[in-house]
Amino acid sequence: MEIRETVSISHSSVMESASHRRARRRREFLIEGALLLAALVSVAATITILFVLVFESVGFFETVPLLDFLTDTLWTPLFDDPHYGILPLLAGTIVTSVVGLVVAIPVGTVSAVYLSEFASARLREIIKPVLEMLGAVPTVVYGYFALLVVTPALQWIWPELPGFNMLGPGVVIGIMILPLVISLSEDAMRAVPMMLREGSYAMGATRLQTAWRVVVPAATSGIVAAYVLGISRAVGETMVVAIAAGQNPNLTWNPMEPAATITAYIVQVALGDLPHGSIGYQSIFAAGLVLAVMTFAFNIVGHLMRKRFREVY
Amino acid sequence: MIRRRKIAEALFKLLSLSALALAIGTLVLLFGALMVDGLGRLDWQFLTSFPSRRASQAGILPAMVGSTLVMLVTACVGIPIGVAAGIYLEEYARRTWLTELIEVTVTNLAGVPSIIFGLLALGLFVYTLGLGPSILTAGLTLALLILPVVIVTTREAIRAIPVHIREAAFALGATKWQTVSDHVLPYSAAGILTGVILALSRAIGETAPIVTIGALTFIAFLPPAPVTSQPPYVSFEWLMSPFTVVPIQMFAWVSRPGEDFAANAAAAGLLLVGMTLVMNGLAIYVRYRMRKRVSW
Repeated sequence: MEIRETVSISHSSVMESASHRRARRRREFLIEGALLLAALVSVAATITILFVLVFESVGFFETVPLLDFLTDTLWTPLFDDPHYGILPLLAGTIVTSVVGLVVAIPVGTVSAVYLSEFASARLREIIKPVLEMLGAVPTVVYGYFALLVVTPALQWIWPELPGFNMLGPGVVIGIMILPLVISLSEDAMRAVPMMLREGSYAMGATRLQTAWRVVVPAATSGIVAAYVLGISRAVGETMVVAIAAGQNPNLTWNPMEPAATITAYIVQVALGDLPHGSIGYQSIFAAGLVLAVMTFAFNIVGHLMRKRFREVY
Repeated sequence: MIRRRKIAEALFKLLSLSALALAIGTLVLLFGALMVDGLGRLDWQFLTSFPSRRASQAGILPAMVGSTLVMLVTACVGIPIGVAAGIYLEEYARRTWLTELIEVTVTNLAGVPSIIFGLLALGLFVYTLGLGPSILTAGLTLALLILPVVIVTTREAIRAIPVHIREAAFALGATKWQTVSDHVLPYSAAGILTGVILALSRAIGETAPIVTIGALTFIAFLPPAPVTSQPPYVSFEWLMSPFTVVPIQMFAWVSRPGEDFAANAAAAGLLLVGMTLVMNGLAIYVRYRMRKRVSW
């Protein structure tokens, strides 16, 4: 009797919940769909970036032959006698980035080795937030710093240095990418198994010898990945160079001279009032395409190398 | 021999400490320079005035209002989409090519220079969708910019929730969404909040993409108020209003010759750095609180 009752109750509750369950399943399906849509926004954004850059650049390359773009040594799109050679802007981008790397790579590597192999936990607790703060300062503030603090300081050493130059912003870019370089290469070094260090100590090596001859070589791909991602950041840096490196395209490899970078050119044009669809308007997309291709390439190489160091251990 | 090695070690420590001192020294110098140049300008008049051709009368009011409104749009758009995408990737996604594609694009977007987002916005929002250089355009642009940060931190926060919490929910008959909304999300809320604050603190200092969409550098009016006296009492006209933001105001002042404008720039810089540091401090505090409370 009792058993039958329970059976009938559970039976009716199954009947009741069938429509209930269907509604619930539909709701679950809709929610999953909505979440998927949100996740697809990043795919859409990537595709749209490529599409916008390529679409406007196609218009640009209908007027400007690709060969001129790559070989002409003048960039004067807004002059009466326009030249569209990307080389001067590219040189500016490369020089400022190289100056940045000359600062960031030695300082970053030494700091990372120290933090990973020597520093006490307490010192690391102090340094980490400082580096985070250094990474959080808005780039426009770094631009101010490059123009009004670093360049005057450098002029004190080299009085002939012009007010706009690539050296000051380059140094500031180096300091800006320092937190990224340090934290990524420290991650790589901390991923090196303790065994390797212990083996080295057992052979009588000092901490310093172990750090440079065992840990750093074992973490090479991760450290190089840190450099590459740092380069990518330096190449795309905009406000520091737009403020402190000057606005005139200048084909030179001398960091003491002023020169515009690809990013500074885009800012300069955007500040003016160029009509939509004009060649000047299209030229910032062509310049942006060059920048995007460069950073994509660096990012891909960097992430492949980071993956590699993760797989080894 | 041993002495030489000890000396080498001591030298290396000295070298690396001076490398770290460079980082700390820069930060100190940066704050010092901003303080010396800008602290004198940072008064009530500066905060409540419109920009002016005369540096001593110029203020930052429209830029502060602009930054606030742009951040509002960015938060309303970027946070839900980013958190939803993070939930999808962590809780729902199966290992398919589509998931791979989404993950690759998120990583890639995180590395795209911010000025490229500006070009995207110029081509898509300003001209193709016809939104113009408005607060809405800027907010959407920065929302896309912070998307990878929000997604990555949401995923990390969700991943830290042990599987047995979900298994317990499933065992009691909860559906996937019930499990996520009643358990996974509340438990990871602090971690997500940390990421969201950090993302917004990055967005508030972004200059390049907003310059690229054509924001004005000299604005002598405020956007229409969001609250009106006639029904329906709320107005969204401000979304389409021209605007400027604090970093752009600072950029405009840095670009002008003369020490007076440099002082204005430094004062704006102090505000900016102050806002990002407060937000970062808040994020660190939330993270700290969360670490103390967690006990699985």
